[in-house]
Amino acid sequence: MPNAVSRRLTTSLVCVMLAFVTLSAVHAQDLKSFEQRTTVKILSNGLTLIICERHEAPVFSYTTLVDAGDVDDPSGESGLAHMFEHLAFKGTSEIGTTDYAEEKVALAKVEAANDAYEGEFLKPGGGDPQKLAELQKVFLAAQTDAEKYVIPNQFTEVAEENGAEGLNAETALDDTEYYWSMPENRLELWAWMESSRLADTVPREFYKERDVVMEERRMSVDSDPMGRLFEQFLATAFVAHNYGRSNIGWPSEVSQITATEAMAFHKKYYVGGNIVVAIVGDVDAKTDLPMLEKYFSRVPGGPKPEDMTTVEPSQFAEKSVVIREQTQPFYIEGYHRPNILNPDDAVYDAISDIMSNGRVSRLYRSLVEQQQIAAEAASFSPYPGEKHPSLFAFYAYPLPGHTPAEIRDAIHKEIEKLKTVDVTDEELEMYKTCARADLLRGLADNQGLANSLAAYQARYGDWRQMFLELDRVDKVTKADIRRVANQIFVASNRTSAEIDTESRAAETKKARGAQ
Amino acid sequence: MTHWDHGSEFRDQSKPKVAPVSRPAVAWAPTPAPALLVFAALASFVAPSGLPAQQPNPWEQIPIPPLHAFHPQQPKRIELKNGIVIFLQEDHELPFVYGSVVIRGGSRDEAPAKAGLVALYSQAWRTGGTAKMDGDAMDDLLESKAAHIETAGDVDSTALSWDSLKVDSGQVFSLAMDLLFHPRFSEQKLELAQQLEATAIVRRNDDEGGIAERESAKLVYGVNSPYARQPELATIRAVTLADLQAWHDRTLKGKLIIGISGDFDSAIMEAKVRAVFEGLPPVTTEPPRHDAFAGPKPGVYFIDKEDVDQSNVQIVGLGIERSNPDAATIVVLNEILGGGFGSRLFQTVRTKLGLAYAVGGGLGLEFDHPASFDVEVLTKSASTVDATRAAEGEIAGLVTKPFTEAELARAKGDILNSFLFSYDTREKILVERVRLEFYGYPADYLETYHAAIEKVTLADVTAVAKKYIHPEKLAILVVGNGPEINPDLNALNLGAPTPIDITIPRSDGAHSAGRAAE
Repeated sequence: MPNAVSRRLTTSLVCVMLAFVTLSAVHAQDLKSFEQRTTVKILSNGLTLIICERHEAPVFSYTTLVDAGDVDDPSGESGLAHMFEHLAFKGTSEIGTTDYAEEKVALAKVEAANDAYEGEFLKPGGGDPQKLAELQKVFLAAQTDAEKYVIPNQFTEVAEENGAEGLNAETALDDTEYYWSMPENRLELWAWMESSRLADTVPREFYKERDVVMEERRMSVDSDPMGRLFEQFLATAFVAHNYGRSNIGWPSEVSQITATEAMAFHKKYYVGGNIVVAIVGDVDAKTDLPMLEKYFSRVPGGPKPEDMTTVEPSQFAEKSVVIREQTQPFYIEGYHRPNILNPDDAVYDAISDIMSNGRVSRLYRSLVEQQQIAAEAASFSPYPGEKHPSLFAFYAYPLPGHTPAEIRDAIHKEIEKLKTVDVTDEELEMYKTCARADLLRGLADNQGLANSLAAYQARYGDWRQMFLELDRVDKVTKADIRRVANQIFVASNRTSAEIDTESRAAETKKARGAQ
Repeated sequence: MTHWDHGSEFRDQSKPKVAPVSRPAVAWAPTPAPALLVFAALASFVAPSGLPAQQPNPWEQIPIPPLHAFHPQQPKRIELKNGIVIFLQEDHELPFVYGSVVIRGGSRDEAPAKAGLVALYSQAWRTGGTAKMDGDAMDDLLESKAAHIETAGDVDSTALSWDSLKVDSGQVFSLAMDLLFHPRFSEQKLELAQQLEATAIVRRNDDEGGIAERESAKLVYGVNSPYARQPELATIRAVTLADLQAWHDRTLKGKLIIGISGDFDSAIMEAKVRAVFEGLPPVTTEPPRHDAFAGPKPGVYFIDKEDVDQSNVQIVGLGIERSNPDAATIVVLNEILGGGFGSRLFQTVRTKLGLAYAVGGGLGLEFDHPASFDVEVLTKSASTVDATRAAEGEIAGLVTKPFTEAELARAKGDILNSFLFSYDTREKILVERVRLEFYGYPADYLETYHAAIEKVTLADVTAVAKKYIHPEKLAILVVGNGPEINPDLNALNLGAPTPIDITIPRSDGAHSAGRAAE
């Protein structure tokens, strides 16, 4: 390193100490102030409500976290949790229908017609074409009949008309989150809407929505080079665990999911004990809690369903994926690591921060600035989920003229350094300072805060872990980093994936030459 | 702590979203706004309309009490004698200070032969550092304090911004001012920036959505327009250190706007900022641009991409300027066409037909030049023609299919009831004031705009649709997998599709054989 570095480090060390003192004080104060304005109530059906008062403006944000995601999709039904999430926007027996009693009968006919069609379609050989055509006619007629009772998108329209902002949902492998923000005088309206859709989902317009999800798959996976690569990367890294399964669903599976299956998923997983609802903003826990309790008690009770029990076996063979196509080159590699409840979780965060946080990070300085072989280089962890044992990944985009092989070697050199030489005091302090500042910065955003509170409550059983996490951060040592790096960054624990543009070009040339 | 905030593309990969990904021209929604108490009071009286029902629906029986009193805090505006404007917005909730200097002039003002100059400048300015402290040293210092100083470039401006804990704010401010007035552009950092830009150029045909966005802008504004032209390997190579310095010296003479928010005392901060900027010479005003565009040549345009199974369809034309007196009505019209789940495009193309996940768009509004009209649909190759027709049908329907009271009420409710979110933080109010100052709009613009939205009638929307929606003037761009598109694009009955060549020119200006230039 040039000597300028040591000079500037003396200056920055003083500042680090200063920042440390201030931030620690703020951390303690903040947890205390947060405890004063945060109320947790577990309802009799098991549902957890968290209310965090923040009276800066007359608005609130919420996150509903259902602790079930695509990792919980039954075998052969990948994409089910996500498919259900789409259904949760279709309304209830009260909203989105002109006559639910009639609609219910019509929907049962749709389901029967779909079963008959798919029964034929799934026969070996793909079924009899003539029969299929007839069955499809019956199915389409049943669908048209059921649509007579539908007021399309009424649920979301009522929300948007009442000022819902950022209305959306996300289904991850681990869990499903629903969220939006609203003016505070719509709190009761929201409580009615949210509790209704959790408790009283109707499998309305299911089969058209399945087509929409197939389009979503084309957009995010099939027509996107990175989407394709990541799907293959995970499918290769995991042999037993559902983290290796496409979370939007394999085409043949997601295209065959039925409304009956989606409703069975709902019945099993959308129970009080599996749901956390966090509300942040201009609300008053004392006066609003009875109202919230009234509405959210409508969610069916029930204990938390058991988690997926498959454990990914230890990897003993290095694996790699090579995609040859016209896309520009890319390289990624991942190593199995434990889930976030592991005592070393903060050590993984420290490694990721030191390797890739900003222009001072090791990967940026080495691959981007000094060697000039990559446009971007970083690590991230845990991926693709955090509830179960997951991956620690490194990736880089090579500069024109440089190959994935060069990238791999350069990343391995940096990993080797982590294993053999202690990180510096300054690097470790930077990580700790940033961790504290990031926590603080996040406190001024209602929606971000609602997400964090719900997530920490679901993962650790206590939202306070959001602050207590800093104690784990403080305890990380240089020796921890070396120990963990030596444990997991080994070849037999590695899966890599790359896009190989050059070979593709060569193959095309060869093919042309042969013609 | 970092478990929930990983890099976006990986999160996107694992978290499919239910709503449309892009809603290009949706009203004012994402833009922060200042406001007076009157907005808040009004917002609470916009009743949800729902559908005409004999007996009230259950949700309509839920009381909506008046909104809590709200006094959005406007920043303090200080205009210096030299023309420089400062906004100070105190906010003591958390111990941070954020600041930025917005500088006039952006990529639309760079020489065509040096396209990409602003992109390079905005990187190399920060990474080069100052005469006293080079960029790497600055990185180390800032990182150790969890602070940031960054530079950025845009189509009409560049900016220097900083943020830090309150305890470090004095030192970080001095450092930021040093970078503002004494940057030291380095050859090495320029080269680094050039390499990064070259990578972006070489990779620009990998992403279907990126191609569609870029090429549709060229159709609307013209290939060589400052709003559509793209940097090439040759134009970024042409940029020198002297260009960066000259750009910096020239733009710094313009009217700077400084905005600072966070945990500070305004009187002390004002003295500090005055001390830095008061001594500068009077700002120079560059002549305003007068950009006029003919709009696209109508027809169908096609870009073949063999590795996709979904077409990206863009139906594009010319949009308007925000200063247009019809702006408020157009925003309501956009909400009816493509704003959210209740819009015509969403209801038809996604919900009724199941032909798309991402669909939306409308007549865009820009502050100081015509925006584009843009409706986007992403659909599987085989349904390209059906989905395009469905979207065209809804665009044409704006003129032929009468608007209903329920549609109007929904659109106005969507806009007015979520208006609060344009000024629910002090930071957003500050950002909006800076924006209005930059474009020379009155400080009470949003109040006027809010009042105008409230007054929009069915007759207004009908008249504005007739005036601005001209389906025959629109161009259709399809990026997709040619052999899979069946029926093919001739079925649109708009003439044979015009192919667009997106081959990336080599750095010597010639066309390379493959897609990977060099």
